Amino acid sequence: MSNILTFIELTADGAPRSSAAALLQRASQLGTPVAVIAIGPAHRDAAVTALGALGVEQVAVLASESADGAVGSAQTDAVAAAVDAFSPTVVLLPHSAEGRDVAGRVAARLGAGIVVDAIDLRADGDSVHVTTSAFGGAFTVDSVVEGGLAVITMRQAAAGEAAAAVQATVTELGSQQSTPAAVVEARTGGAAASGRPDLRSASVVVSGGRGVGSKENFALVEQLADVLRGAVGASRVAVDSGYAAQALQVGQTGRTVSPDLYIALGISGAIQHRAGMQTAKTIVAINTDADAPIFDIADFGVVGDLFSVVPQLIPAIEARTR
Amino acid sequence: MKIVVLIKEVPDTWGERRLDPGTRRVDRAGSDGVLDEIGERAVEAALAYKDGAADTEVVVVSMGPSSTSILRRALAMGATSAVHIVDDRLVGADLGWTAAALAGAIERTGFDLVIAGGESTDGRGGVIPAMVAEHLGVPLATGLSTLQISPDGIRGERTADEETLTISAALPAVVSITERMPDARFPSFKGTMGAKKKPLEVLSTADLGPKAAQVIDTAARSIVVEVVERPARVAGPKIVDDGTAVAQLVDFLSSKQLV
Ligand SMILES: Cc1cc2nc3c(=O)[nH]c(=O)nc-3n(C[C@H](O)[C@H](O)[C@H](O)COP(=O)(O)OP(=O)(O)OC[C@H]3O[C@@H](n4cnc5c(N)ncnc54)[C@H](O)[C@@H]3O)c2cc1C
Repeated sequence: MSNILTFIELTADGAPRSSAAALLQRASQLGTPVAVIAIGPAHRDAAVTALGALGVEQVAVLASESADGAVGSAQTDAVAAAVDAFSPTVVLLPHSAEGRDVAGRVAARLGAGIVVDAIDLRADGDSVHVTTSAFGGAFTVDSVVEGGLAVITMRQAAAGEAAAAVQATVTELGSQQSTPAAVVEARTGGAAASGRPDLRSASVVVSGGRGVGSKENFALVEQLADVLRGAVGASRVAVDSGYAAQALQVGQTGRTVSPDLYIALGISGAIQHRAGMQTAKTIVAINTDADAPIFDIADFGVVGDLFSVVPQLIPAIEARTR
Repeated sequence: MKIVVLIKEVPDTWGERRLDPGTRRVDRAGSDGVLDEIGERAVEAALAYKDGAADTEVVVVSMGPSSTSILRRALAMGATSAVHIVDDRLVGADLGWTAAALAGAIERTGFDLVIAGGESTDGRGGVIPAMVAEHLGVPLATGLSTLQISPDGIRGERTADEETLTISAALPAVVSITERMPDARFPSFKGTMGAKKKPLEVLSTADLGPKAAQVIDTAARSIVVEVVERPARVAGPKIVDDGTAVAQLVDFLSSKQLV
């Protein structure tokens, strides 16, 4: 089987980020995953151990003091060096802020072909078929890379069952001719962990829009999400109005989600919002306006006031699940 | 200071956007082409700096067969000049070709700073800025929700997936911005009239230099092999809340095994 280089994003102290497990599982469906990391020397061993715990047998490490001070630079060098060392046919990266930067730089540096935001991969002889979606899931696109290395970023997905822990074998990567990089001046740990599933891979998403009316009222959206063990989402207006964090925006210019259940509260269903959620298996909408376009794609619509429906819905669902 | 802004013509998100399963490309006949909203914001970011530093030159660059009108729009907003890459050889260009062509045009034009939108509304890839930065061999700062430009550097806030970073880079550099950056100004009547007289240079692949030619001739590339349209969704029941809505909704959810 061929080597599938898999770029793993790490926190500054060496913990694999949430994208890692699902990405590695993808890689192992195509070949032998080789995890590639760039990390400050002090946290190197912790990172290798953490990857072993995810079932990774081979780790390629670039230990570099600049790994978390220079944006994406050591990471790009690590992947480029690992391509030299392992001659893979495919490099997989998460379609995240960092993953995209590294993928773009690596593809340009190495003259590789690049396909981004993949939702599925399939090996076919020597080539890999990559499935992406276009225009909010209205079209499904199948691509291949011809003439060399394929660099592919994967949309975040839920991880399957965890692999058994192993002791990873380590390959040290040599430093490369870096491209100058931006530097990190300050870091503020994102939103405090909410304990909710990741929006991008959650099986239930409850989103609120302008109709929710305020940041305080958004607690109602969160409570409904919590009884369903779901993630919280928001429309662009809700984000612009400060009801919800930017990372929660669903739509054309926000996250694309495809959960089993999507509940839209006080969201009109503008075409740009639908572009981020219309591939959900089941859509429920609660809106006071019977003509709201969200109802055109809802499997179940309630024409009603969310402030009267949701407070009754929460205990009713709780009663079921108990 | 010379600022290059990358802009793209995209199908209007308000309209019906289609891929043509036959050509496997965007069906441009089926939808109106507009300047992408994020591209407008990128132009605005450059013009906002120019407002306070009059000797700033803002050059808008676009690749694509029908980008003339969006380039004119950016000129009407206040950009100094425009560069249009158009060549039949680039039909069906993938990300690799596009980035190499843009980098070739930027190098030829000269730059201190390149500003791009974080991702276009049609492709949504978000990797072009990184690829361009690598071709140009300069620092990269993507996903900025704030941007301060000074004669020798940039600084901004970047909301990555799990944290917010303040990052900075010396010029020359490439940055990309998010829609949390300010809305664009409207072109004035005077601006629109003046735009007609501003320089708009048209480049073909032959003008883009040896590096772009090398990518186009030799690099690996991605090819679309199939495009499939998803069936439209069909709406289900819509009930008016008469006091029983919650019970009906819970029944529906339980019939789908969702509660
Ligand atoms: C380039 C571009 C990109 C965009 N990207 C996105 C994106 O990523 N995501 C996104 O969401 N939008 C996006 N938009 C914006 C989009 O066009 C809409 O403006 C936005 O989705 C509307 O948000 P909303 O539904 O919350 O607000 P509105 O359209 O104002 O709808 C609010 C709804 O709440 C209902 N309501 C009010 N009170 C109640 C109540 N008490 N109970 C129940 N219902 C109530 C109203 O009937 C109304 O239907 C984009 C636009 C453009 C041009």
